[in-house]
Formats: sequence, C-alpha cells, structure tokens
Amino acid sequence: MSAVIESHDDHHHGPAKGLTRWLFTTNHKDIGTLYLWFSFAMFLIGGAMALVIRAELFQPGMQIVEPEFYNQMLTLHGLIMVFGAVMPAFVGLANWLVPMMVGAPDMALPRMNNLSFWILPFAFFMMLSSLFMEGGAPNFGWTFYAPLSTTYAPPSVTFFIFSVHILGASSIMGAINVIVTIMNMRAPGMTLMKMPLFVWSWLITAYLLIAVMPVLAGAVTMMLMDIHFGTSFFNAAGGGDPVLFQHIFWFFGHPEVYIMILPAFGIVSHIISTFSRKELFGYSSMVWAMVSIAILSFVVWAHHMFTVGMPLAAELFFMWATMLIAVPTGVKVFNWVATMFRGSITYETPMLFAIAFVVLFTIGGFSGLMLAITPADFQYHDTYFVVAHFHYVLVPGAIFSIMAAVYYWLPKWCGNMYDERLGRLHFWLSFIGVNVTFFPQHFIGLAGMPRRIPDYALQFADWNMVSTVGAFLFGASQILFLFIVVRTVMGGKKATPEVWEGAQGLEWTVDSPPPYHTFSTPPEVK
Amino acid sequence: MNEGGKKTIKMLSLAVLGMFFFSFALVPLYDVFCEVTGLNGKIDLSPTRIAESDISEGRDITVQFVSHNNEQMPWDFGPSDEVINITTGKYYTATYYVKNTTSRAMVAQAIPSVAPSNAAAHLKKLECFCFEQQILKPGEEALLPVRLIFDNELPDNINNIVLSYTIFDVTEDNLDELASYMHEHGEDHHSMGS
Repeated sequence: MSAVIESHDDHHHGPAKGLTRWLFTTNHKDIGTLYLWFSFAMFLIGGAMALVIRAELFQPGMQIVEPEFYNQMLTLHGLIMVFGAVMPAFVGLANWLVPMMVGAPDMALPRMNNLSFWILPFAFFMMLSSLFMEGGAPNFGWTFYAPLSTTYAPPSVTFFIFSVHILGASSIMGAINVIVTIMNMRAPGMTLMKMPLFVWSWLITAYLLIAVMPVLAGAVTMMLMDIHFGTSFFNAAGGGDPVLFQHIFWFFGHPEVYIMILPAFGIVSHIISTFSRKELFGYSSMVWAMVSIAILSFVVWAHHMFTVGMPLAAELFFMWATMLIAVPTGVKVFNWVATMFRGSITYETPMLFAIAFVVLFTIGGFSGLMLAITPADFQYHDTYFVVAHFHYVLVPGAIFSIMAAVYYWLPKWCGNMYDERLGRLHFWLSFIGVNVTFFPQHFIGLAGMPRRIPDYALQFADWNMVSTVGAFLFGASQILFLFIVVRTVMGGKKATPEVWEGAQGLEWTVDSPPPYHTFSTPPEVK
Repeated sequence: MNEGGKKTIKMLSLAVLGMFFFSFALVPLYDVFCEVTGLNGKIDLSPTRIAESDISEGRDITVQFVSHNNEQMPWDFGPSDEVINITTGKYYTATYYVKNTTSRAMVAQAIPSVAPSNAAAHLKKLECFCFEQQILKPGEEALLPVRLIFDNELPDNINNIVLSYTIFDVTEDNLDELASYMHEHGEDHHSMGS
C-alpha cells in the first residue's frame, strides 16, 4: 500500500533542487526551458560571428580578419544558426507546448527527451572547439560541398562530422518523441483535425526530420569514409562525383529549410487568431497547405544547383515544382490576412512580430520565386541576392516567429507579464535592424556582388556599409530581448491563466505558471 | 507506454534506418540514372562496340579535345589534335600525349566528360586510356589512344562536342599496383619514393 501512497505523493511533487534538476530532468517543461536557453545562447554566439562578418564587410579591403578566419566565421555562423539556434528553439517550443496543447501529462518518451537535449551541448562544444585546433574550424560554408569539405578540408573536419552526427541523432530522437506524443497521447475527443495548428505544424515537421536527418547523417558518413578510409563517393579520381554530394546534401537541405519554417507557420496562426479575436480563417486548408509544402519539399532540391550542369528537362522540372510551392504558401498568407480582416486587432508585441512575419516572410517568398526562374538564377546564383532571400525567410521568418512565440507564451510559462513598452521597443529595433541589414543585400546581389567573400569591388561599398549598420542595430537589440526575458522570469505583473483575451487552447486553461505536472488526468475536448 | 505508442516508435525507428540506407542507395541510383539518361556528361567506362554504319548515313560534326590536370598533378598532358572533324557512325582514333615530368614513378587515372551532356549517351568507345590506370616511370612519355564513335542517333542540334579528360594523381591509393609493375619491369625501387 505504501508504494501506492508514495506514487501518489510523487504525483504532486515539484521540481528537484539544484543543478541535478536540470541534468536529470525528464519534465517536458524543464527540457523545453533548457532547449530555449541553449538556442538563445547559440543565437548570441552565431550572431557575434555574423557581426564579425559584417564588420569586415563594412568597408572594401581587408580590415579586421584574415580571409581564412572569415571563411570559418561564415561557416560556423550558418551551422550554428541552423542547427544550434532555430532548430533547438522550435524543439524547445514543442516540448513546452505540444503536451499542454494536446492535454498530455508529458512527452511520450521523457528519458529520451533528456538525452536528446543533453547531447546537443556536446555536439556544439565539439564543433566550436575546432576554432582552436590546428588548421582552424570548418571553412567550407554551411553546405559543406565536397571536395571543399573532403580533399581541401582542414583536419578539424572530422570533429565537424561527428558533431553533425550527434545533433542529427538529437533531432531524430526529438522528432520521434513529438510524433509518438501527438499520435498516442491526445486528450479524449481531440481528433487530428481538432489539433491546434502548432501541433499540426510540428507533426509534419517531425516527419520531415525523420525522413531527412538520416540522409544528412549518410552524407557526412560518406565524407568521413572518403577522408579516412579511401572510398571515392565524391572523389572523381576514384570514379565518384562531387555533384553527387550536392544532390544528397540538397535532398536533405530543402526539406530542412521547411523544417525551419513550418513550426513558424503554426505559431503565427495562433497569434494572429488571438489578437484578431477571430477564429483562424481556413483551418483545414492551413493543414493541407502544410502537408503539400512538406511533400513538395522532396522534389525541388535541384533548384539549389541550377548552374551545376543539368539538362534542360531537369531544370524545367525543378523550376516548375519549386513554383508550385508558392500555391500552398499563398493559401497560408491569404488565410492569415483573411483572419485579420475585420478582426478587432490589438497590437501587442507577439502580434507585431507575427504581422512582420507575414509581410517579411512573403518578401522572402517572392525573392525565392525570382530565384526559382532557371535562367534568372544563372544570374543570381551565389550572389548576395540569395543571401538576402534566405535571410528574409529565416530571420524575420523563423526567428521573428520564435520571438513572437516567446512573448506570447512567456507569461504562461513563468506567470509574469513582460513589459509591453520594452517588448514593442524590441520589436521596432529588430524590425528596423533586420530590414536595414538585409534589404540592401537585394540590391548589391542583383548588381553582382558574390556571396562568401571577405572583400568586394568598390561599387558595393555604400550598401554594405548600410547593411553593417543594420546588423549591429539588430544584434544590439537582442541584448534588450535577453534583458526583457530575464526581467519577466524574475518578476513582474502576474499573468492570469488565460493571459490574452480571446486566446484559444488547452494551455490557457491551466494556471500561469502551470503546475510542474499538468493534465495528469486528461481534459475532455468537445 | 501503450501498445500503439510502442508500434509508432518501432515504425519510426525503421523509417530512420531506412532513410539512412537510402542515402547510400542514392549513390548507385545516381550512377544508374546518369548512365541511362547520359545526364551529367558521364560516360560508360567500359568498351562498347557498335557496328560501323554506311558512311552516307552519317553527318559531319566537330569534336574538340581538352585536357585538365587535377590539383597538383605535374604530368604534361594534352591532346595531339585539339579539333577533329568527323562523321557520325564511323570510328576514329585520337591520341593524348602524356609525360611523367617527375623523378618518381606515378600512377594516373584519366576521367572523361562530355559536353553537351546529352551527347554522352551517343559516344561509344572501343578503346580508351581512361578505362585503366596509367603507370609511367620517371621521365617516361606515351601517346594514349582513344578509339571512339558517335552513333547516328546523335541529336540534330549537336554539331560541336567537347570531350574533356581530367588526369588525377592516384599514386597514393595504388602503391601495391605500382610496386608489382615496377617489379615486372625490372626497375630499381629507389625511384619510387613519394
């Protein structure tokens, strides 16, 4: 009998004390918090690297760093932002929100959850430690094309390969956890088509992760074998083909970019609906749009390789398939706008970030359509226009959605309201910073400035200077973000359980902050 | 964890394994795809013989030969004739000149490529130095033959074809072959250092 009573007590216990709480925790809220703080740390590190890049590009000529170090900064900035900042932030949000949104007590596999977080710091420690190794850190760009990453790679490339293996394993475990939770632990009555859109977006994202992270692992394993075991997967002398690397990489890489944007679609749908005080327009079309985008992401990869030498038929196929993606994406943008139409909109910080997301992500989408036009891409390929394009979809796209999510759900997580005035200030500084940084890059790209270079021709000087000023403004305003979040966690006006007038969903039915264990008995969903 | 959950985990783990192996399967799939379609300018690296057709059926085309030395490959390497005018459906022999300019024996491998890539499927080689590795002693030179034919199905819009060979230094990967070759040819082994 005593065992029963004990387990009953267990049920209501709070978190353990001290450091071991975080090391050994299997609680989805703790792990979500760990993921989010980790990704923020990586965001600052990757951001600092971006500022090194922008500082060097402030003026033409070499001022601050050596070209070799510039290449290392460029590579690590990309790798850290993609795998260290954006992806873990979304996994953190999934940890916090998915169980609370589907009415589950925790993630389905809590111990694996702990493991998949705690191997991440090791992966990035290994990747960053290569900065201090002989020959320096990886310097071949985040796409690590062979033979740059094999024949010509610095010796530290092996550490890079293993860190990719580890972070891949982490993502795969995270994805399995999310799928099992969603498929098996929804509250009674919550059918698939009643799930909140953030849950839907993560379910689709998790399937994409399961499909492509193993391919990334395969690609780096082939590199490892080429470098150390004398195989010739990508070595033309032995009958291999470097172009094969690009095919394999982008077979992973294109679904990967949707992995970084689909959860954002879910977040923005919640926020726009709440602050417009209206049901989301076209829920089921939103779901089907995400499913179509996910499926199409597997048949467009070669649009990254238009200039590699492909026959016309293949170029046309990949051009049309890519343009087809604009259709479901257009459906989503239409639905967000239709949700706001005639809504009683208020402009709190999460809503500001969400609206900026819709506008700026759409700009990034349009430049993507321009790049999809094969003959035009021959002109744009590897110019700053591409840099402008993917930063528009990733920074005011993915990262704005993460910031929106933090402002939106932070009062729920810690029970305190953030300072609305400071939040709006952070938004406007970020909004101006991001546009001043990246909009001019469209111009210099169309004018022909190549990407991934530490020096450039004089005619690009003015816009590069503007871009650098914007980058430092954007970077500095993230310190304000850190300050706002820390201050909110420490204290502030108490938040109600509902937090936002008109917020829908199970997570708003529990207290703010929620008890350590929520929904031990599943709620009834009508 | 209920039964459904366990089943989901099993399925997903299998999917992960499957996709990992699929990434390796992409390698042969890619080669097969390139061979079947002739995309990427890849050429079949084994001799194929087709019957010479009646000369009157052929049409005149120009073939340009180019050469590249990969990385630090120090050999002299280049075509004997840079341009030849040939007729489809008829065999021709072209040669490449090669000389080992170093003071050590080396093994080389030439890799061909055809542009435009859709001509690759119509190029057949009866004999090519690219089918095997070349071993040259210090200072040795050679004329390497390639006996080729373009079939009559070559698309009409292709009148000028570039046949490129890149020569790679593969000595490091073939030290055993080099040793036995030198043994057979009774050379002293001291010149083999690398």
